Amino acid sequence: MKKTGAQIFVESLVAEGVDTIFCYPGGATLYITDALSDCDIRQIVVRHEQGAVHASDGYARASGKVGVSLVTSGPGATNTVTGIATAYMDSIPIVIFSCQVNTALIGNDAFQEADIVGITRPCTKHNYLVKDVKDLARIIKEAFHIARSGRPGPVLVDIPKDVSASLTEFKYPDKIHIRSYQPTYFGHPGQIQRAMRQIASSKRPVLFTGGGIILSGASNELTKFAEALSIPVTNTLMGLGGFPGNHQLFLGMLGMHGTYAANMAITESDLVIAMGARFDDRATGKIDEFAPHAKVIHVDIDPTSISKNIKVDIPIVGDTKNVLHKMLDILAEDKESFKGFQASIHEWLKKITKWKKDFPLTYQKNGGLKPQYVIERIYELTKGKAIITTEVGQNQMWTAQFYKFLKPRTMLTSGGLGTMGFGFPAAIGAQTAFPRSLVIDIAGDGSIQMNIQELATAVQHRLPVKVVILNNGYLGMVRQWQEFFYEKRYTWTCLPHPDFVKVAEAYGAAGYRIDKEKDVDKVLKEAFRNNQPTFIDVHVDPMECVYPMVPAGASLKEMLLV
Amino acid sequence: MRHIISVLVENEFGVLSRISGLFSGRGFNIESLCVAETLDPTISTMTIVTTGDDAIIEQILKQLNKLINVIKVIDFRDTDYISREMVLVKVNAEEKTREEILRMVEIFRGRIIDVSQKTYTIMITGDEEKLRAFLALVRPLGIKDLVRTGPVAMARGDRTIKMKEKQPKGGNEDG
Repeated sequence: MKKTGAQIFVESLVAEGVDTIFCYPGGATLYITDALSDCDIRQIVVRHEQGAVHASDGYARASGKVGVSLVTSGPGATNTVTGIATAYMDSIPIVIFSCQVNTALIGNDAFQEADIVGITRPCTKHNYLVKDVKDLARIIKEAFHIARSGRPGPVLVDIPKDVSASLTEFKYPDKIHIRSYQPTYFGHPGQIQRAMRQIASSKRPVLFTGGGIILSGASNELTKFAEALSIPVTNTLMGLGGFPGNHQLFLGMLGMHGTYAANMAITESDLVIAMGARFDDRATGKIDEFAPHAKVIHVDIDPTSISKNIKVDIPIVGDTKNVLHKMLDILAEDKESFKGFQASIHEWLKKITKWKKDFPLTYQKNGGLKPQYVIERIYELTKGKAIITTEVGQNQMWTAQFYKFLKPRTMLTSGGLGTMGFGFPAAIGAQTAFPRSLVIDIAGDGSIQMNIQELATAVQHRLPVKVVILNNGYLGMVRQWQEFFYEKRYTWTCLPHPDFVKVAEAYGAAGYRIDKEKDVDKVLKEAFRNNQPTFIDVHVDPMECVYPMVPAGASLKEMLLV
Repeated sequence: MRHIISVLVENEFGVLSRISGLFSGRGFNIESLCVAETLDPTISTMTIVTTGDDAIIEQILKQLNKLINVIKVIDFRDTDYISREMVLVKVNAEEKTREEILRMVEIFRGRIIDVSQKTYTIMITGDEEKLRAFLALVRPLGIKDLVRTGPVAMARGDRTIKMKEKQPKGGNEDG
């Protein structure tokens, strides 16, 4: 029996095991919208297409499955671009279906036409325009495969309206074959041996791990490996949760707002073992002075990440989990070679312990309610078991510093693109994937307003997301730079904000306000128990800054401490 | 340093803009770009002339390989190769210079493919040096118009561009 493109779309999604999509309708989606009306796929209709993509992204980050969104042509499609670029920078597997005007109208400047395939080419892993309904099932299969394999990333599929209406025979392909796409999963054995020899002869090694550990599900292997050799671990922002944040070998995050211990360890290290990290400028500081005494081993599934920003001595292209497995095997077989290493590592650990003790993350406790305190309390109250999303700016950095992430996929943050407005819809996506988990977006009063309309989505679908707004009345991170580097001229950064409690209530959500330290625990506990979507408006010290800070362009050892 | 790279790609719409977009988006240079179908009509070859130091060329090769539609990337840096380019050049051909132009075209094994009262249009193929030498010779006569194809390249001897597909490798010694 022949089926329409719209029916094929729905059945293909079912075949891919998709249980949820984030969507927004329009003229061009109508056949598909109609076909979705009688299927089991949960459909979360958002209030802005950017929210749909961030939500599918949050769903993917929290669950490890491919996130799916569906939007209409023209403005519906262009509204997804920020969401797509966010997922692209952080290698998140999502598939975005945009609908398109009829094939006959493409190129004619038709109503609600945009060349979304052209627009998203540089910010997708791959994208497709479906020109013939006969190609639809194969393209959907390929899109999911490309999104989740290799270095994951967003894939966009543009479906013209007439294609969704056309009829063809349907069979979902069970095999996939893309001759030009074969990611490398297993690291070169010779290179891995070389890396292990290098580690054995190192005196001051550091594991420097990023989002790749989380994407490949390698946290257990990483922890085993670090423990087996007592090698200290620092994470990039994207790597948080990949190694237990309360582990004694954990140094904290490195980089611009990294810990003293992490930045000093990198600076004095003689061997940086980078895994699933891409040497982003926020992590490395001044690149010429990054780890000046160290050899570098770099394990990454994406060859373009290797030797892009920094010269690598031992490159290993492969999936971090497989490579770590192989390294653990070598270690088990050849303990002898590491005897000298075990003897010398203690000197290094002693030095690191002293750094941690002398310069821990801290903040001054005078003045108003401190945002860092609020995050510490959130950690204590949730025992580190919540799924945390963040917006971008000070709220994000304080979360990275003061919440100890114990497990992978519990820290969902826009690391690469730094997208304000990400955290709230991402929390909605995570809550959809894990309805019973406590999902908390740690926001600022600036960021939350970038996708605040999604509160209607959360209310409609009964997604009890908690938003803790660290309200300082400023775009705090930019204000902080103005304080340090632009003679305290707070141009554009002091913005009036609405009463967030009233906003929450107007949407049918719950709203709380906290002004004093003594109320923090009581109100947070109550808010976390509330089964509604909830805003918690926390009025914090407006002038608080994120420390330590490595000024842009400076080397990691040049930190401004409190 | 100047480099010639051949890229085998799926012969599909949009592939050219993926490649050119990669170069512009990442700030790589393209001196010339030449695209056409291969023996296998589902595959096209792009010959790209680019410049950059070793690190940049390495990134260019890796980034090209990363594109889903790219089947194979060949860097001619370390191989013995031949390359040829074609130029169409329209030069002033007055009564007194016509003979001389004909002689030069013959010496350079070019051909005159169009003639008018005042001009000759010359087609000439060769490697870069030959074309440069020829153009230097005709320049004093007055070049009215000039079009170049950009070079295409091929390995010398028996070696061919194998249509081998990308294989899942056990990593790569040089990353």
